[in-house]
Amino acid sequence: MANLIGAKLERKEDKKFLTGKGRYTADINLPNQTYAYFVRSPHARAKITKVDHSKAMKAPGVIDIFTGDCVVKDKIGGLICGWKIVSQDGKDMKCPPHPVLAKDSVNFVGDHIAVVIAETLEQAKNAAELVNVNYKLQKAVIKTSEATGSENIHEGIDNNLSFDFLLGDKGKTDEAFSKADKIVKIDLVNNRLIPNAMEPRAAIGDYNTSSDELTLYTASQNPHLDRLIMSAFNAVHPEHKFRIVSPDVGGGFGSKINVYAEDVVVAYASKKIGRPVKWVAERSESFMSDNHGRDHITHAELALSNDGKITGLKVDTIANLGAYSLVLAAVTPTYLYAPLVLGIYDIPVACCTVKGVYTNTAPTDAYRGAGRPEATYVIERIVTKAAKEIGMDQAEFRKKNFIKKFPHQQCLVHNIDSGDYNAHLDKAIELADYKNFENRRSQSAKKGKLRGIGFSSYFEACGVAPSAVVMSIGSGVGLWESAEIRFNATGNISVFTGAHAHGQGHDTTFAQIVSDKLGVAIENIDIVHGDTDKGPFGMGTYGSRSLAVGGTAIVKACDKIIAKGKKVAAKMLEGKPEDIDFKAGEFILKNSNKKKTIGEIAFACYLPGSFGDIKSPLPEGVEPGLVETSFFDPSNFSFPSGTHICEVEVDEETGETKLVKYTVVDDFGTIINPLIVEGQVYGGIAQGVGQALYENANYDESGQLTSASYMDYTMPRADNFPQIKLDYTCTPATSNPLGVKGCGEAGTIAAPAAVMNAVIDAVGTDVSMPATAEKVWKALKKNGSKKAAA
Amino acid sequence: MKNFNFKSASNTKEASKLASGRATFLAGGMSILPAMKLRLAAYTHLINIKKIKSLSGIKVSSKSIRIGAATTHAAVAASKEVGKSIPSLAILADGIGDPQVRNRGTIGGSIANNDPAADYPSACLALKATIHTNKRKIAADKFFKGMFETDLKKGELIESVEFEVPEKSAYAKFPNPASRYALVGVFVAKQKDGVRVAVTGAASSVFRSKELESVLLNNFSPSAVDKATVSDKGLNSDIHASAEYRAHIIKSMARKAVSSC
Ligand SMILES: Cc1cc2nc3c(=O)[nH]c(=O)nc-3n(C[C@H](O)[C@H](O)[C@H](O)COP(=O)(O)OP(=O)(O)OC[C@H]3O[C@@H](n4cnc5c(N)ncnc54)[C@H](O)[C@@H]3O)c2cc1C
Repeated sequence: MANLIGAKLERKEDKKFLTGKGRYTADINLPNQTYAYFVRSPHARAKITKVDHSKAMKAPGVIDIFTGDCVVKDKIGGLICGWKIVSQDGKDMKCPPHPVLAKDSVNFVGDHIAVVIAETLEQAKNAAELVNVNYKLQKAVIKTSEATGSENIHEGIDNNLSFDFLLGDKGKTDEAFSKADKIVKIDLVNNRLIPNAMEPRAAIGDYNTSSDELTLYTASQNPHLDRLIMSAFNAVHPEHKFRIVSPDVGGGFGSKINVYAEDVVVAYASKKIGRPVKWVAERSESFMSDNHGRDHITHAELALSNDGKITGLKVDTIANLGAYSLVLAAVTPTYLYAPLVLGIYDIPVACCTVKGVYTNTAPTDAYRGAGRPEATYVIERIVTKAAKEIGMDQAEFRKKNFIKKFPHQQCLVHNIDSGDYNAHLDKAIELADYKNFENRRSQSAKKGKLRGIGFSSYFEACGVAPSAVVMSIGSGVGLWESAEIRFNATGNISVFTGAHAHGQGHDTTFAQIVSDKLGVAIENIDIVHGDTDKGPFGMGTYGSRSLAVGGTAIVKACDKIIAKGKKVAAKMLEGKPEDIDFKAGEFILKNSNKKKTIGEIAFACYLPGSFGDIKSPLPEGVEPGLVETSFFDPSNFSFPSGTHICEVEVDEETGETKLVKYTVVDDFGTIINPLIVEGQVYGGIAQGVGQALYENANYDESGQLTSASYMDYTMPRADNFPQIKLDYTCTPATSNPLGVKGCGEAGTIAAPAAVMNAVIDAVGTDVSMPATAEKVWKALKKNGSKKAAA
Repeated sequence: MKNFNFKSASNTKEASKLASGRATFLAGGMSILPAMKLRLAAYTHLINIKKIKSLSGIKVSSKSIRIGAATTHAAVAASKEVGKSIPSLAILADGIGDPQVRNRGTIGGSIANNDPAADYPSACLALKATIHTNKRKIAADKFFKGMFETDLKKGELIESVEFEVPEKSAYAKFPNPASRYALVGVFVAKQKDGVRVAVTGAASSVFRSKELESVLLNNFSPSAVDKATVSDKGLNSDIHASAEYRAHIIKSMARKAVSSC
């Protein structure tokens, strides 16, 4: 029971998932249910001149069809940008209208125009083919680099520029560069990715015509936020009559943070027709219409002194927002990115500009790591290049420039509470057998392979998002978390958390914490999440926040349970509350052998009142029941870091890259369950390697998504990986009582830079992500390789 | 997927009789079902041919291997006889898709479909296959007409595919990283009377590389491949590879195949 913190427990939830008993939104079928199918734009950019659905309305099984006109008439609000950014000139960022059903124009392939509701899915699809949309085609703006020079996509948004953001002191940075002994420059592309959660998005609207209650089942990472947004901004239904359930969710990676058009539309349609409306995305719809991730182009410069000290950093980025601005679209490439470009280096001055641009592509938003992989990619690529250019060992160069004293106020935003960067670098070097790398390089050369090594000493800000910090830099909301501990009379516990698990293993980790705190067996603890009717309002799961913020709320609620339990125990044991100790599930009166288990106390709490000989166990003024709620708003972000070392072998003839060795040492602060952490790190690395070597969302010039299925979009697979060596160092976080920092995104944040540094080391010249065989081959050929030319 | 009727045929006669109107044969369903799901194809009738016993099985003689059209990739990959007399063919079958696909997909379905990136068509060309249908015998050289196009007439059913046993042969596949079909696949076979090199994945349909055949005829060795010029004219350029890269990989795979012969 006790001492479960740090225990390598198998996940409680795995049994159901591995035996096919998970219950996802698509598994839910309601009586009298109807099916929705969306009419989507086949064009990247066009004016809609007419939507004629008269023929479709007459098709078999059709119940109703809703278009842009309907949602305007019924005053259904458009989709929102959650955190608006201010440009360097002091003006607010520009957000185009984003209707849930397009009325006048479409702006990317897959844009939602109308929805057909029918008795069967087949009928809805057949009828959708009969909806006649007249388009006036316009020239699509696709490329990130060309957006500002192209025709305006949205009225009133000149140069397709949403914002022109600046962080840092430009004057001082320029000064540092003018005094620099050496300046290192780099140009980078951070490729566009499609999140590819295993479970496609799905939503079922269920309006109860009798009670006026609306229930929406949706695969979301944050059902409470969805409900808030949908009632406050989309005006779908009042919050108190609106329930959102996000049952088992098969992965999110950020793509299930947004309230999507489909969520709003099925909820709205269910109210309109008085029957449940179900929609499940087909995989190709997911490719087209889930928010995409990354898509930056960046120029960065690093100023150095002769002895290899970094004296300044300049970063200029263009971030492709896609067609509209989604909930976290603006904060992801700005506040989640710009402060992080400093990495874990002691850099005295820096400035970072980010232009957010609109194009006729799927909207981008947070994708696992959100901003931090992009930042890590910039700093870890340029630091590697700098070390090479000045002829210094890359590990030495990093160590020379690491931050060494904590707390450390960075020159941009963050005040880092704890860390020991030399420790994880040294440990990684040791584990990776760095000193013998050159031997391995020659061994590979004998097989005709080019071997390369790459480092990535990453940095992240997690525990998203302390109100005190984020509101001081312009966010309208902070992101605290809630927990409620409900002791049942029979002694078992229901724990309600505002966090949401979609692969993270909360059912286990959170139960470990409660078991450890309260001394109740883990099988008697149930973690409940994903239903706005069950627990208190919570913010959901993203930004490696669940444990640092949600877990802490649980700890705080446990503390309140113990405090109340002490009062009750004192009365029952005939002592004073301050003389009661609580340990391993027992309340013990000091200097006595009198004690009560927490189960007995819980039972007593539900039995107030005196009768005859029976005396109430509750002291004067103590309410019955044993239920405590806590809302936790941390004082600061938490700052995980670590070092990844990757080795690759490149086939000189074909350009194929193979990952041959991968080592990672992370500092996540306290670790609650090493098994779960390992899983998160492996998965994260796989996704990061995917970005570096395989994945790429590709639009052609006309704006067609040419990588819209697994036939064309390359996912990393198990056989692409060697066994990953994994270890930890630990400097506990000081911003939460558990000392935890967050681990869910680390792998994805660090891996792209580690892999690309290795590829470039092997090839000897620059290659962009994804480093496909052909790209590497071309780079080799350009670099004079005879084999590549043969 | 649009609704359709489903019928199982118990023999080849019944199958071809049922194949009228908007009907098509269903073997493993690994190509036709995804196409129907995506509404790229629609049929009113699917005629299941997997129940026809005479269509499954492998017959080996000293000169040839004859594989029933409904034989799965997994069965070919696991066949000891194939492994002994034309090991490259078993290796090829073992490299198609994933275990699920290999357990359902069939050789007849693969060549009838003639996907430009499918593996089997290269083996057919290089191993001088004869395609036996319920109507006639077709030489592989005449069978593959173009992208997803074959010499099969409507309702014509492939019964078996017969491969000539070569002196030596090998298949080298450079998989498309996403689909793992062939981005380029090169099948090299050395027969008593010549050399055949068939290339798949690189163009709109499988083809024989005369350049590679002629250099290898003179000197059947990996280094001979260096002497050939493989033009990128007519080769595919797409998001996975340019024509130029495919041309390069054809040589690279040819070298690999010859060296593993
Ligand atoms: C995920 C995945 C990966 C794949 N990877 C590869 C790969 O790496 N390499 C590769 O080569 N292929 C690959 N394939 C395709 C696979 O080999 C298919 O099995 C094959 O192309 C079709 O065979 P089938 O038996 O499934 O045919 P079906 O899908 O049932 O039929 C295909 C077509 O052939 C016709 N047909 C079937 N049998 C006959 C017959 N006896 N006579 C006349 N017409 C017939 C059908 O009417 C239909 O038009 C892959 C498929 C999938 C789904």
